[in-house]
Amino acid sequence: MIMKDIISGLNKVFDSRVRLGIMSVLMVNDSVDFNMMKELLDVTDGNLASHLKALEKEKVIEVRKQFIGRKPNTSYQVTPLGRKLFKEHIDALEKLINPLP
Amino acid sequence: MDTNLDDIKHIRSMMERSSKFLSLSGMSGISAGTFALIGALIGHLIMSGQFTFTNSLLYDFIILAVLVLICAGGSGLYFCMRKAQKNGSKLWMPVTIQILKDFSVPMCIGGLFCIVLIFQHAIRMVAPSMLIFYGLALIAAGSRTYRDIKVLGACEIILGLLAGIFVYNGLLFWTLGFGVLHIVYGILIYYKYDMKSVKNG
Repeated sequence: MIMKDIISGLNKVFDSRVRLGIMSVLMVNDSVDFNMMKELLDVTDGNLASHLKALEKEKVIEVRKQFIGRKPNTSYQVTPLGRKLFKEHIDALEKLINPLP
Repeated sequence: MDTNLDDIKHIRSMMERSSKFLSLSGMSGISAGTFALIGALIGHLIMSGQFTFTNSLLYDFIILAVLVLICAGGSGLYFCMRKAQKNGSKLWMPVTIQILKDFSVPMCIGGLFCIVLIFQHAIRMVAPSMLIFYGLALIAAGSRTYRDIKVLGACEIILGLLAGIFVYNGLLFWTLGFGVLHIVYGILIYYKYDMKSVKNG
């Protein structure tokens, strides 16, 4: 399963604004729950959930379900693999914008 | 090409929005500073015997300190809330809790230390200690908001140390640190960030 575009080095997994947003938020926060993510990204429940599911399937993010009092709470974290892939993705984006270092 | 640039911009803004407390308003600093100046003026009147709440210098100053803290903190919070509302962002985010934690550790220890100083009759050292611990709290919180806050923290610490040396001018240094510096920094932040966000929004 090669997710990378060979020429540009861009990772297809992150090929969406919502996914870029999710990854950006998770890169700088230890753990963010679903509702907070929804507010930060300003997207609908369904849209966010499907993107989160896709990222989870690729093992770039991790889901943690727990109860806070009696309320179920779902929070998300970036995995070491996700951190590495997203860094490479940003590097590739930067290279495309500014080819000469 | 343009979409790549937009992607990078989007990534940067999401990282910043989710990890930095950007609802800090210049007006918060100006209002907190103004209340501090009013407090200092009343403090001066109490010390020179022209005004009193309870006829006891110590209790007067405790009441005054609590009043100033409530007014300054309350007005500061109010302007942060207003800015958050204007920018369409939330005041209560994970980073808000984090910044409060970072800020309150030095503040609480400083507060306890000031109480210790009062009990040890080292009242002259209270103003310097307040400035120093407040400066430390600002530096601790500074990495999660505008960088200028760290510089403000350093200025407060320097004033605190000076106040410790020129120990008979405690109220003067307190007024400079909590009143004048807050107003100066409030104006600075207002022009540097708030004006910009009004234009963009």
